Amino acid sequence: MKAVNGKAVKFGNNIDTDVILPGKWLSLIDPKELAKHAMEGLDSEFPQKAAEGVIVVGAKNFGCGSSREQAPLALKYAGVQCVLAESFARIFYRNSINIGLPVIECKGISNAVSDGDELSVDLEAGKIENVTKKQTLQGTKLPPFIMEILSDGGLIENLRKKMNKK
Amino acid sequence: MNISEKILAKASGKTVVHPGEIVDANVDCIMVHDLTGPLAIEAFKRIGVSQVWNNKEVVIILDHQIPAESVKMAELHKMLRKFAKEQAIRLYDVGEGGICHQVMPEKGYVSPGKLIVGADSHTCTYGAFGAFATGIGSTEAAAVFATGKLWMKVPETIRFNVEGKFPKYVTPKDLVLSIIGKVGVDGAIYKSVEFTGQTMRDMSIAGRMTVCNMAVEMGAKNGVVEPDEATRKFLTGRVANKFSIEEWRSDAEAKYEKTIEVNIAELEPQVACPSSVDNVKPISEVGEVEVNQAFVGSCTNGRIEDLQVAAQIMKGKKVKSGVRCLVIPASQEVYAQALKEGLVEVFTEAGALMCGATCGPCLGGHIGLLASGETCISTSNRNFIGRMGSPEASVYLASPAVVAASALTGKLTDPRKLEV
Ligand code: SF4
Repeated sequence: MKAVNGKAVKFGNNIDTDVILPGKWLSLIDPKELAKHAMEGLDSEFPQKAAEGVIVVGAKNFGCGSSREQAPLALKYAGVQCVLAESFARIFYRNSINIGLPVIECKGISNAVSDGDELSVDLEAGKIENVTKKQTLQGTKLPPFIMEILSDGGLIENLRKKMNKK
Repeated sequence: MNISEKILAKASGKTVVHPGEIVDANVDCIMVHDLTGPLAIEAFKRIGVSQVWNNKEVVIILDHQIPAESVKMAELHKMLRKFAKEQAIRLYDVGEGGICHQVMPEKGYVSPGKLIVGADSHTCTYGAFGAFATGIGSTEAAAVFATGKLWMKVPETIRFNVEGKFPKYVTPKDLVLSIIGKVGVDGAIYKSVEFTGQTMRDMSIAGRMTVCNMAVEMGAKNGVVEPDEATRKFLTGRVANKFSIEEWRSDAEAKYEKTIEVNIAELEPQVACPSSVDNVKPISEVGEVEVNQAFVGSCTNGRIEDLQVAAQIMKGKKVKSGVRCLVIPASQEVYAQALKEGLVEVFTEAGALMCGATCGPCLGGHIGLLASGETCISTSNRNFIGRMGSPEASVYLASPAVVAASALTGKLTDPRKLEV
């Protein structure tokens, strides 16, 4: 998978799935519809901002709360290319990878990035370049089997490939 | 090894596993509900296999938005019923079951040593029975439907060793809130938490479920309590498979990342203030909070024991005028028991509204949403911004005793103060 580039949109600690995608929208199935409500609990203008293809930067425990996959789906379809954070809640982390939204853990990321900074992320190497501040950070590298899921476009595509091989 | 490690070793066909190791585990049972099931089914269809790996070990429970509150939801329920029929999967429909985490143990899908996954974060509740249970997302649920397998990282385990007797009107909910207040909402992120000590051994199954239910609120992968005679007693007559309570205990030399000692002898009722579950204070330090709604229910505190405590406090009294009090049992079984014990009468006469088993207001899906500026005192497990309706509403989390007492006075109230 190649590098992704985009402007940083910053959030704080413990961003939970109820603010990423409020419960009242869970009956929506179409990801494009979900995307209209991405981050609604914190910033109703987020979908407009994200449309150009942004990189979300969180702090600690990003995505805590419910198991709703609609949360990373809403982010992905709103235009988020990648989420970087100090740490993630585990279900959100797995869900993101499973739907093909790259997520990278990176210590120190929230202090090193300001809102609007231009970032370039090498997913394979886990390297994050802050183009605006001319600084490079090293995130946790994703293991090969996770990279494979991401480059296939998600767990289902990955599984379909494997099952067809059998 | 500790209990969690033993279960993951068995599930992955190994004699021993170590924290940090990635294993390919065989899942014993999987549950999806009406909000996570539809996405799981869509994803399953895209994989291209025609049958789930084991239709006896897939369970679908309608609970979040029941009865259907919108046409959209009715369509999703219809789709779930159709899939269940095609695959010959057991689906608990409106009026049959109730909240998934209550129904799973009640209907015998949970027993010690099992690896259970559910497309819901509070799946960790089943650790109360000595199972390894954790939440997953819909896509991952689809993969389990197809393969019966899941990759997992063996977690480090934090042990909470709890000693002491609960003071009057102080409950397992107060214990778990106080723990989360101490360690924080990311205090056990990616980890397993095990609750040990005399207090846990003396605790009812209902109490253990409340404690394990909230393990995910400190970020944990699973919460677990050693199974014992009380576990056996609850499960007998419900579980069809044979199970052992002796096999699924932590070894004396089991390793833990750390052990945190907790003593509850002096614990006060605890309250998680808005808008984070670790914003916990003893009730005496919260100050005056007026409430518009009081909610007793959810998978955290909607069991018969919870309704009994609330009824004991509300019996012969009236809900304060201007306050809506909702009492929602966690399952049909709990509802039937509440009827038998006369609790429905107590609540109804007090002016509370008793609804059928559903998640209801807990996640702000339907029934009892909050308007801006309103405050709810709730026995559920999350007080995030917008969780129960308007993003400008406030949610305080507490035990059924505190919620019942607050319903009577219209403000946050220590139940022990009502008696004098
Ligand atoms: S009662 Fe609340 S926390 Fe429990 S399963 Fe339902 S929505 Fe989730």
